[in-house]
Amino acid sequence: MRKQALADEILLKIEKPARYIGNEVNSVQKNLKDISVRFAMCFPDVYEIGMSHLGIQILYDMFNQWEDVWCERVYSPWMDLDKIMRQQNIPLFALESQDAVKEFDFLGITIQYEMCYTNILQVLDLSKISLTAAERTWEDPIVIGGGPCSYNPEPLADFFDLFYMGEGETIYRTLLDLYKEYKEQGKSREEFLRQAGKLPGIYAPSMYQVDYKEDGTIREFRPKYPDMPAVIQKEIVMDLTNTYYPEKPVVPFIKATQDRVVLEIQRGCIRGCRFCQAGMVYRPVRERDVDMLKEKAYKILKNTGHEEISLSSLSSSDYSQLGPLVNFLIDEFKGQGVNVSLPSLRIDAFSLDVMSKVQDVRKSSLTFAPEAGSQRMRDVINKGLTEEIILRGAGLAFEAGWNRVKLYFMLGLPTETEEDIKGIAHLSEKIAERYYEIPKEQRNGKVQIVASSSFFVPKPFTPFQWASMNTKEEFLEKAHIVNDEVKAQLNKKSIKYNYHEADVTVLEGVLARGDRRVARAILRAYEKGCLYDAWSETFRNDLWMEAFQEEGLDIMFYTGRERELDEILPWDFIDVGVSKEFLKREWQRAKEEVVTPNCRMACQGCGAAKFGGGVCFEAKN
Amino acid sequence: MKLRIRFTKSDVMIFIGHLDMMRYFQKAMRRAEIDIAYSQGFNPHQIMSFALPLGVGVYSDGEYLDIEANSVTSSADMCRRLNEVMVEGVTVKSVKMLPDNAGNAMSMVAAADYIITFRKGHEPEGFSPEQFLEFCSQDSIIVTKQTKKNLREIDLKDYMYKVEVREEGIYLFIGAGSSNNIKPDLIFNEFAKQKGFVLDEFALQIKRLDLYGDLGQEGKHQFVSLESLGDDFHE
Repeated sequence: MRKQALADEILLKIEKPARYIGNEVNSVQKNLKDISVRFAMCFPDVYEIGMSHLGIQILYDMFNQWEDVWCERVYSPWMDLDKIMRQQNIPLFALESQDAVKEFDFLGITIQYEMCYTNILQVLDLSKISLTAAERTWEDPIVIGGGPCSYNPEPLADFFDLFYMGEGETIYRTLLDLYKEYKEQGKSREEFLRQAGKLPGIYAPSMYQVDYKEDGTIREFRPKYPDMPAVIQKEIVMDLTNTYYPEKPVVPFIKATQDRVVLEIQRGCIRGCRFCQAGMVYRPVRERDVDMLKEKAYKILKNTGHEEISLSSLSSSDYSQLGPLVNFLIDEFKGQGVNVSLPSLRIDAFSLDVMSKVQDVRKSSLTFAPEAGSQRMRDVINKGLTEEIILRGAGLAFEAGWNRVKLYFMLGLPTETEEDIKGIAHLSEKIAERYYEIPKEQRNGKVQIVASSSFFVPKPFTPFQWASMNTKEEFLEKAHIVNDEVKAQLNKKSIKYNYHEADVTVLEGVLARGDRRVARAILRAYEKGCLYDAWSETFRNDLWMEAFQEEGLDIMFYTGRERELDEILPWDFIDVGVSKEFLKREWQRAKEEVVTPNCRMACQGCGAAKFGGGVCFEAKN
Repeated sequence: MKLRIRFTKSDVMIFIGHLDMMRYFQKAMRRAEIDIAYSQGFNPHQIMSFALPLGVGVYSDGEYLDIEANSVTSSADMCRRLNEVMVEGVTVKSVKMLPDNAGNAMSMVAAADYIITFRKGHEPEGFSPEQFLEFCSQDSIIVTKQTKKNLREIDLKDYMYKVEVREEGIYLFIGAGSSNNIKPDLIFNEFAKQKGFVLDEFALQIKRLDLYGDLGQEGKHQFVSLESLGDDFHE
């Protein structure tokens, strides 16, 4: 009989008990007597979301290949169980052993989006780990953060002992060995953190001091001790072929968001869209070898039994071996009832051809991400997609039988004018008109266009990191302009327009570019009951606003202000490869509406070449 | 070829609902490399059907699913291969081949038997098995049953084929399937009502033992285990 952290009575009362019982196919059991480091790996959101995250699957596999380490999974209990655990004083547990998280050596938390920050506090709180790192002792696990949001760790600095900057495959072994050594020698927790903070890619926030100017900007960010590094360089895997990649990923009992085999074909992106943090911080582009991917596809399908396989990358069309890989997947697996799904492909003759092989044209829709409505605006954000390319792609697709199109846009981009905003409606209209250019007898009914806009949030390590962000009122006004303009179009009945919520976007903006002081508001919001902020049904903007007000923090200071180029930004001490000089250059070019060629067309000397590989050296091989 | 698979459900797997068990077995077929047949069309799916959904929280020694296979090895080999890819709490007991004209498991189900005990800490005060037998010995037990469409009055006695007090708990052999499905809870709730017991929502710990078809004619029952309707096969 397996240990069960929750009683039958609880499991029978809550929604989806399968979230909490573990025991899934390919989940790893180990004998505690062989284990010297217990690692709890957490995604601070509900199970179905967390289980879909590839990064954790990779690290879970890596850790568990090491005989002395047992890595287990932890997710945020959903609201129903959260309440019961608090009432009945049940500590949060890891799924595999069902043991309390507090008993672990490490609690690793992947920080994928800003709106999970209160869930991080929930996980610590339910685990009975002190929320603030300063109060922790050896009785608590070492709490280490990673993932994209740790590229500005400062709003979370109070809550974490360590942050891991960059890709997890590289330095964990060294970190765990250091931990074992320091524990065996009876060293203090502080001594360990200080030593860990000297490892490449590891940031120990408690070893650093921040001073502020009277205007609230940072005067100085410095290590408290001379032996601590002043700059933390991100870690990165240069050979993505000969490295960890799970052949037996865990298969959930309940349907996860990603209920399929995921092949990560490359990391990084050559495109250089100026709003995109991932496109900057994951540089340089590194591809996995196509033969490795083919072999993994066989093994993972066999070991999981999944009936679908998908490719993952920031821009799959830029993968040099895409044709051979996709054709292989279709030829090998389609006949065995395996669906091949192809996200993030540019719409052209090739992609339409493969899509028509893997999906029912009449039932599926095409997706374009022009991101902005006007060509001027697309030049500002360096989205190298022209109206001509979009209309040509749409035309090809319509002629091949598609009649549904999804369009993704952003509102609130730097330098945006009313014409740019209305451009969203105009582009949608042109696509609808393109559909009606094909002869009536060849059409597949009416065209359906769904245009969606999100609101732009400036992110660290992008050329827009200095930009001011719109207020909620400005965002909504812009959305209304689009809505009215859509209604003024000839084909208005064929165009549906949706927009994202504005208040949550403003908050995301604060947390994305916040400094250490923002931690107080996060803590207060959590204490007021904020949780699952990424879920519209649980998001409480009013409580968040109260929290900022009570802590005396001005939201506009973090969102509305255009930063001076010489301002010390909270994340300046991190070196992601891309230099601040490059970002400044790109910010200037954005204002001048000048497009920058992608990495394969012409190297822009962004700085990522210092890692010594990837696309930066492609032409030289 | 039609195959019938019998499996058990225990341990934490009792918390996995029926639809997720179907998904679990679809993936298990692929992991075990069972040569299962697929439907035609753009999104082919495995030809597979389950006998009778088992409620969340219920244990079982006798769950069934039928599949259509393109090719087979032997009962023993297929059973072994499936068990190699099972998780703790699900064990495949047998793989049998059905005659071509056999009805599917779902349409065949006519009865089920169960062992019922009380979950620890939820035993109703003053309960004795004798009281339960006394309750069952009434000539008729009329209850209102919620069906998909309406409320219907039924006599539970028409569907209670055997009741025994056993060492493991109370044994019930009762009607099951699409037309006369009686859940043990229905009987116990009526028992509690009549005898003035309080049964909380977690009180019953139920284990299904097996599912049966009815080969009897002219109103006479002849119950046979669904497993016995198929035969072992060899390479």
